[in-house]
Amino acid sequence: MDVVSLSRWQFGITTVYHFLMVPLTIGLGLTVAYFQTRWYRSGEDAYLRLTKFFGKLFLINFAMGVVTGIVQEFQFGMNWANYSRFVGDVFGAPLAMEALVAFFLESTFLGLWIFGWDRLSPRLHLATIWAAAIGATLSAYFIVAANSWMQHPVGAIYNAQTGRAEMVDVWAVLTNSTTLAAYPHVIAGSLLTAAVFVGGISAWLLMRDRPMPDADRTALHKAVRTSIYLTFAMGIAVAVSGDYQAKLMFEQQPMKMAAAEALCETEQPAGLSVFAVGNVSAECDVRTIVVPRLLSFMATGTFDGKVEGVKDINAQYREKFGPGDYRPNLVITYWSFRAMIGFGAIASFGAVVAWWKTRKGRQLPTGKRWLRIGSIAIIATPFLANSFGWIFTEMGRQPWVVAPNPKGIPELRLMTANASSPAVSSAMVWTTLIGFTLLYGALMVVELFLLRRYVAAGPEGVMPHTTPTDPGSDGGGDGESDAPAPTTDDQEADVLAFAY
Amino acid sequence: MELSTFWFLLIGVLWTGYFFLEGFDFGVGMLLHPLGRTETDRRILINTIGPVWDGNEVWLLTAGGATFAAFPNWYATLFSGFYLALFLILVALILRGVAFEYRGKVDSDSWRRRWDLAIAFGSWVPSVLWGVAFANIVAGVPINANGDFTGTLLTLLNPFGLLGGVVTASLFLLHGLHFVALKTEGEIHERAKAMSLRVAPVTIVAGAVFLIWNQLERGEAWTWIPVLTAAVALVASVLATRAGRDGAAFAATGLAIAAAVLALFGSLFPDVMPSTTDPAFSLTVENASSTPYTLRIMTWVAVIMTPVVLCYQAWSYWVFRKRIGSRHIPPVQVPGTAPSAGPA
Repeated sequence: MDVVSLSRWQFGITTVYHFLMVPLTIGLGLTVAYFQTRWYRSGEDAYLRLTKFFGKLFLINFAMGVVTGIVQEFQFGMNWANYSRFVGDVFGAPLAMEALVAFFLESTFLGLWIFGWDRLSPRLHLATIWAAAIGATLSAYFIVAANSWMQHPVGAIYNAQTGRAEMVDVWAVLTNSTTLAAYPHVIAGSLLTAAVFVGGISAWLLMRDRPMPDADRTALHKAVRTSIYLTFAMGIAVAVSGDYQAKLMFEQQPMKMAAAEALCETEQPAGLSVFAVGNVSAECDVRTIVVPRLLSFMATGTFDGKVEGVKDINAQYREKFGPGDYRPNLVITYWSFRAMIGFGAIASFGAVVAWWKTRKGRQLPTGKRWLRIGSIAIIATPFLANSFGWIFTEMGRQPWVVAPNPKGIPELRLMTANASSPAVSSAMVWTTLIGFTLLYGALMVVELFLLRRYVAAGPEGVMPHTTPTDPGSDGGGDGESDAPAPTTDDQEADVLAFAY
Repeated sequence: MELSTFWFLLIGVLWTGYFFLEGFDFGVGMLLHPLGRTETDRRILINTIGPVWDGNEVWLLTAGGATFAAFPNWYATLFSGFYLALFLILVALILRGVAFEYRGKVDSDSWRRRWDLAIAFGSWVPSVLWGVAFANIVAGVPINANGDFTGTLLTLLNPFGLLGGVVTASLFLLHGLHFVALKTEGEIHERAKAMSLRVAPVTIVAGAVFLIWNQLERGEAWTWIPVLTAAVALVASVLATRAGRDGAAFAATGLAIAAAVLALFGSLFPDVMPSTTDPAFSLTVENASSTPYTLRIMTWVAVIMTPVVLCYQAWSYWVFRKRIGSRHIPPVQVPGTAPSAGPA
């Protein structure tokens, strides 16, 4: 394989892997912050248990997200040097802002949260989890803004002398209509991911045939209810924001959407393909179960709007940008779009089942094996939906790395084939591709092993074991005096509430 | 001052922040085996940096992101050129970060032993390679007319580069020892001080040879000042350790790191990555930078955000300012095992 293909594989593997952790970090961070807020307000033990339990799972996941994030930032320069030179003036800014505004906030306050249980007042400690969760949520904005610029370049001009893009309006870059549409979609997807994660795990624990402390049962039941409502709300939010995004994409990247629908010829009105049988990329009549006029409505808002097909757009691009094939991989674009929507729908369906089973305060049944398996299996669906969403939008942008904006400056475009690093040989990319893939694979096994272990133990497994001879340690939160010469009597009180 | 010059300085500041902060947590990782004789020792060591190491690492992301934004050509040439070295650094940072979080999650000696190795590997490798990388940046590497690096990994492993690696590794080790001395109590505290006195001569000799070598080859007159400052600071750190002034010793190695970065960046300017192929191909502050507009925007962001970040990061250090010792380490509590009775 050539350097470009290898670099694309590496980017894809790193990004999909990284984005398994990111949505859970964002969504679960906010969810844990919510649980802790409930505990802070009401003092209910159930919410403390949920905070500690899901907080622990959050941290196991977070560690992996952080370390793969470094690769994510470095690989632009490592594998895509020509891309970095072309876009750096525009694209580097949101990345630097992400680190300065969001990552510091997230990392510093998360450290304070993890280790601060006995060092900070409850109020301040609550504030730290919110700061960390907001930092994570904010970070997504900047990276989505950077990505959106590749989908729909705005706020920049092309300097013919240097052959580079130059930013002229940072506000336009940060408020790119593509960003404003994609960001809510990403955040809603993240919350959906966390909701299904929380609900699936809680339901599984409740349905196990195993004795469980009543306190855990109460807490997990609350978690299931929270998850159901959050899944409903976010399922709707994902669909609405996705629909809005699709409409925008028909304008901004007509080729991607035509490919997503395997719409070869321009149609008016155009029907929506639910399914295709046969070779999507070669044939045009493989679309089956076509819902008449629906695609027109989704793309244009009217039932008789014209939707351009892949062949026609390709011909227009040839005229504009010279000879070449400007079609993305149709099979991947078509099917990943459907996989994204399908898995998202299954995730929401799980909440409907859970709602039915817990309606009017009912307890989840313990004897039903398929329900238990289903509640664990469904956790995978939002992750799959997230991955296919990114695969769709990145693969659908090909062969461009910076797709030309139909209403913008046509020179602001770059083919993926011209974006790689001249200094890097294919042997070098093979080395890192194999190295990273093996490392990610091994670490994924470890992460799942740990998650499984901590999940199986339930909230009780992470609650601090209070020693019976420990009456004096309820004060907490002072940490003022440096206590130079501690006597042996108050040693217990010195033990850290949390330590690695 | 030109904005591009200001950004060159700011990149230097970001790397200083990174080496100052992650320098000591690399040091702690490198010391896990030499200083940590028992499991409790090792947990004390890890917990001295537990709450802060991740925030420290963001300085690297910021330095990388800021280089991308302010000097795209520098970022592109450096990151694609030092490809395999950066790959090793990334693998090391991945293993290390995961190891901190995962090592205590299963109560098994073999589990912990493996993650301890990951922490040691993950701390030694970047500590050496950052020095190799910066020595080569300053000394220059083969770069062609397109601004692309034309060497290999072996190009970087020249005597000056390798010496750079020894300098950063020994400097971070010393900085880490002073941090451990500052943050711990009891036996491990004493061991850290004793070891500091043994490591310091290596750091001082390696650092002095490296900086003077660099100074004679390409230094400016004024960069003698940071070179001398670094030397004085390192010697002062030894005196401070002898006098039992842990905070002063730590501050002194921190100052030495800052002075060394200043000396290197001072001798680099106005290049950002000199070419040994032809000086005309060198990347400079001028030809590698972003447009004045982008630099102006980024200046606003940096001027507003950096003090805010420094404030809350300093606060987090204040919150965790207490020394820790074996009496602070709680018994292992992981699911799947009965909670151990603990020391009491």
